[in-house]
Amino acid sequence: MAGVAVSTTINGDNVEYLCQPDETLLDVLRDRLGLTGAKEGCGTGDCGACSIILDDRLVCSCLVLGAEAEGRRVETIEGMAHGDRLHPLQQKFLEHAALQCGICTPGFLMAAKDLLAKNPDPTEEEIRFGLAGNLCRCTGYDKIVRAVQDAANVMKGA
Amino acid sequence: MRYIRPLSIEDASGLLAGSTGTAAILAGGSDLLVRMKGGFVEPDLIVDIKAIEGLSEIRETSEGFSIGAAVPCAVLGESKALKKAWPGVVEAANLIGSKQVQGRCTIVGNLCNASPAADSVPALVAAGAKAVVVGPGGRRTIAVEAVPTGPGKTSLAKGEIIEAILLDKRPPRSGDAYLRFIPRTEMDIAVVSAGVNLTLDEQGVVRVARVAVGAAAPTVLLVDEAAEVLIGSKLDEATLERLAKVCSGACRPIDDKRGTVEFRRKVAGVLAKRAATTAYARAGGK
Repeated sequence: MAGVAVSTTINGDNVEYLCQPDETLLDVLRDRLGLTGAKEGCGTGDCGACSIILDDRLVCSCLVLGAEAEGRRVETIEGMAHGDRLHPLQQKFLEHAALQCGICTPGFLMAAKDLLAKNPDPTEEEIRFGLAGNLCRCTGYDKIVRAVQDAANVMKGA
Repeated sequence: MRYIRPLSIEDASGLLAGSTGTAAILAGGSDLLVRMKGGFVEPDLIVDIKAIEGLSEIRETSEGFSIGAAVPCAVLGESKALKKAWPGVVEAANLIGSKQVQGRCTIVGNLCNASPAADSVPALVAAGAKAVVVGPGGRRTIAVEAVPTGPGKTSLAKGEIIEAILLDKRPPRSGDAYLRFIPRTEMDIAVVSAGVNLTLDEQGVVRVARVAVGAAAPTVLLVDEAAEVLIGSKLDEATLERLAKVCSGACRPIDDKRGTVEFRRKVAGVLAKRAATTAYARAGGK
């Protein structure tokens, strides 16, 4: 099987890699590029743990082929903090204890970032609908919703 | 396996027509990659159609709208003009999956995956949408309901690709609506569904109607008899009761874990009534 040569942008950096034609972008990120923030929960687009932003669209990286990233712009959880300075969403997830085991957290953060970019002042209902593609089996979601609301307030003031 | 991203629809069609093994078209991948992951399909060739010019656009023409095969459903929801003209089609397309899936999934994929429970299909059938098919024999336009022939099966021949979905320009006093039943609030597959599309005259009398029922037979049903019930009415209670009865009667559902035959029949009628009422109000009827 011949590899596919891909040239793309990940978190602002130009990246080139070779992947198999049936390899998902999630596998490329994790196994070839060492970006293990995106998690494989289900591998079928149901849980959202592998959420990334591809050309300003929130997607499950398990439902994207690595080959499809050619010439596109990929944002992952690794690009969220600036050095030691956490993104307001990350800070508020910590303050509100909006995570327990942490497997779903990178996906929730990416989904919440996408949500706030499109709707900076969401209602609780909009947050719950907006994050319905991300499953969490620990928190019961309330703390996540409160963390996103609080982060939205901080980001509006910024 | 080979992955190819052709730049023209003719090249894409040629690749599919010339393939010897299993070939798959990739647009959003929200069905294809799941089936690959589950081992249900192992394509020898994947033809990614997203680099083909025009396929990722919604075009508004003098005749209506042309929605390219690679346009994600989220983009349909962001098109104010499309939402205004065809709110039922857009609400159906936006019910498919999560935000993550919305950013990838397409109505052409939904149609060609040929699930009887596909959300966008009853709305498209009710809307009288057409599919532009490109293949080795050239280009042809067919009714959307002529595409699926049974669960997972379509009428498309080897080498044929749907390039776009066409929706007509709306006459005044027109409205459409789509409703589905699921046991939760979202992120689920329709147990049964209904789409209704109406055009009224100046007195609010229904002049044109199309009614489609989903997840109640091997393919989406276009229920002509239900349209006949609505035409000439102002959707009074007796008409709505007859509509429900006709839609329930048209169903040929199965029993499965998501619903029984009896339940699907009953709910198909209820949803048709409610969708008709919404479509009527959207058309300006009182």
